[in-house]
Amino acid sequence: MGTKTIENIEGQFEMFQILNENGEIVNEEAMPELSDEQLQELMRRMVYTRILDQRSISLNRQGRLGFYAPTAGQEASQLGSQFALDKEDWILPGYRDVPQIIWHGLPLYKAFLFSRGHYVGNQADGLNVLSPQIIIGAQITQTAGVALGLKKKGKKNVAITYTGDGGASQGDFYEGMNFAGAYSAPAIFVVQNNRFAISVPVEKQSAAKTIAQKAVAAGIQGVQVDGMDVLAVYKAVTDARERAINGEGPTLIETMTYRYGPHTMAGDDPTRYRSEDQDSEWEKKDPIVRFRKYLESKNLWSEEKENEVVDKAKEEIKAAIKKADSTPKQKVTDLISNMYEELPQNLREQYEEYSAKESK
Amino acid sequence: MAQMTMIQAITDAMRTELKNDENVLVFGEDVGQNGGVFRATEGLQKEFGEDRVFDTPLAESGIGGMSIGLALTGFRPVPEVQFFGFVYEVMDAISGQMARLRYRSGGSFHAPITVRSPFGGGVKTPELHADSLEGLMAQQPGLKVVIPSNPYDAKGLLISAIRDNDPVIFLEHMKLYRSFRQEVPEEEYTIEIGKAEVKREGTDITIVTYGAMVQASLKAAEELEKDGISAEVIDLRTVSPLDIDTIIGSVEKTNRAIVVQEAQKQAGIAANVVAEINDRAILSLEAPVLRVAAPDTVFAFSAAEDVWLPDHTDIIEKATQVVNF
Repeated sequence: MGTKTIENIEGQFEMFQILNENGEIVNEEAMPELSDEQLQELMRRMVYTRILDQRSISLNRQGRLGFYAPTAGQEASQLGSQFALDKEDWILPGYRDVPQIIWHGLPLYKAFLFSRGHYVGNQADGLNVLSPQIIIGAQITQTAGVALGLKKKGKKNVAITYTGDGGASQGDFYEGMNFAGAYSAPAIFVVQNNRFAISVPVEKQSAAKTIAQKAVAAGIQGVQVDGMDVLAVYKAVTDARERAINGEGPTLIETMTYRYGPHTMAGDDPTRYRSEDQDSEWEKKDPIVRFRKYLESKNLWSEEKENEVVDKAKEEIKAAIKKADSTPKQKVTDLISNMYEELPQNLREQYEEYSAKESK
Repeated sequence: MAQMTMIQAITDAMRTELKNDENVLVFGEDVGQNGGVFRATEGLQKEFGEDRVFDTPLAESGIGGMSIGLALTGFRPVPEVQFFGFVYEVMDAISGQMARLRYRSGGSFHAPITVRSPFGGGVKTPELHADSLEGLMAQQPGLKVVIPSNPYDAKGLLISAIRDNDPVIFLEHMKLYRSFRQEVPEEEYTIEIGKAEVKREGTDITIVTYGAMVQASLKAAEELEKDGISAEVIDLRTVSPLDIDTIIGSVEKTNRAIVVQEAQKQAGIAANVVAEINDRAILSLEAPVLRVAAPDTVFAFSAAEDVWLPDHTDIIEKATQVVNF
């Protein structure tokens, strides 16, 4: 009986897709209402973000950036979901989810400062975003709290959080979903299943055939989405958002995606755990390639348009790096003065000590 | 004025702040309908409604993480960790997350969270209920750690903790919950976090302590008086940050000190107090500063608890040793 039950559950989580690999609409009735301008904007953001990733990797190799987790391959999953949000919605990102907070309003130079470990890069400037979380899953229980807070304040907004397939193994993942479910809080939990927790394939991480089905245990909605299909991701998050603000509770969304690059730029070598065949199989599903085909078929995109975006991205990235470079160097006293609202005696003394050291 | 036990004073402090500030939320395992396993939240859900005083699923990490999220949306959460031995389950949310929120956001966000939790030996609990883990908390920058020793302080300190804009770990010694009553004003008042209190003045030796060891130290001081030793007793009340001025001022007067804690000897608060005295008042000392503490084992739940826990006789012995050095 147990076996039969799990099979029944797994069967309910077929991957939701609107746009196939060839850029064809395969699920017309699910097609979200998006204007031509919005469709172009989605493409613009994905192209821009791909360039940002390429430039970030190269800046990292030149030693001009600090911690960086590559994003290429995950653009549809990251940007399609953010595009469905309201400006006042909260984003609680994982460390690979810098693009979402940039498109939510974080200035680019701050993203570079975050990468360098500079505290100014973490300042939200009035945006409803947290800085990217380093501890896998810690943001998920916090998301339940933000969502409950929004509900208690009577706001028509949601809290969305991101993690990877690895994060779905953490206790905090289940606790966050369970809390949000228990309080029917307006939360959206996005698991970007890019197939690997650094090197460990998803098949070795869990007996569950899908991550989406983990929603069942928490009693919340769950859906598996083609994470290389920006329209499907947008639609799934839009629907989840609507349910959330209508008081119908949280949703778990598993986006099936792939990171083309290494886990981070700190020495990970994907050839140790991934085959070239697997890489090229996923590159065929590329979110930008298929969306470009679709938009070109509607006469909404051209090489010229794309070049404009690329040039603009390069220009803005250059300016942002310059701005990051000209930001005053972080001091130990900046750390000290941000530990408490009012400094206790030990930190007051240490502030004096380091002020003297750092003014030399 | 009313005669209150420490647990009544704690309930009174939460009631006061629930009334004062609509953003104060009280929650945790069994704190709603049941009023808490020690009845610390007795009657609060009935008075303030389920929206503000509520039960949570049984998951400490979730409680900690949810507190941070609620703080981000403008609330002032007062979560309960049912027993402080369970803190290991919520260490990341406390030390990895709420303690760092102010710095990590470059000052954009802060975590006005008061984590209340019962701890302390002498009440025969099962394992991982009674352990004194304040030293773990004190090592984390960004947190404040408060341990009241009596009903009056408990109310004033808890109100201050709830109003504080940084996270406060508020540890309530189980043995003190109902061991004695004290006059506690019904109106609101605060006691400044980070300020110690001289409980008894003396001239020959300073006894620095906190929590349930304050009573034991006062008892020891009375006995010592009979032997002609005049002991000054300092109740730290806040173990992080330390009230360095009060400690040093006293040691400069008495020239001798011992530090008394219920926790294991290794690392911890007493070691930190000794180090501060060495750093700042070594030339005032006539004798080494010694510690009274439990042995460096895990807590002796139930069976050997009475011997394991330091008591007034241990304090008298160490104090005499220091005075006769």
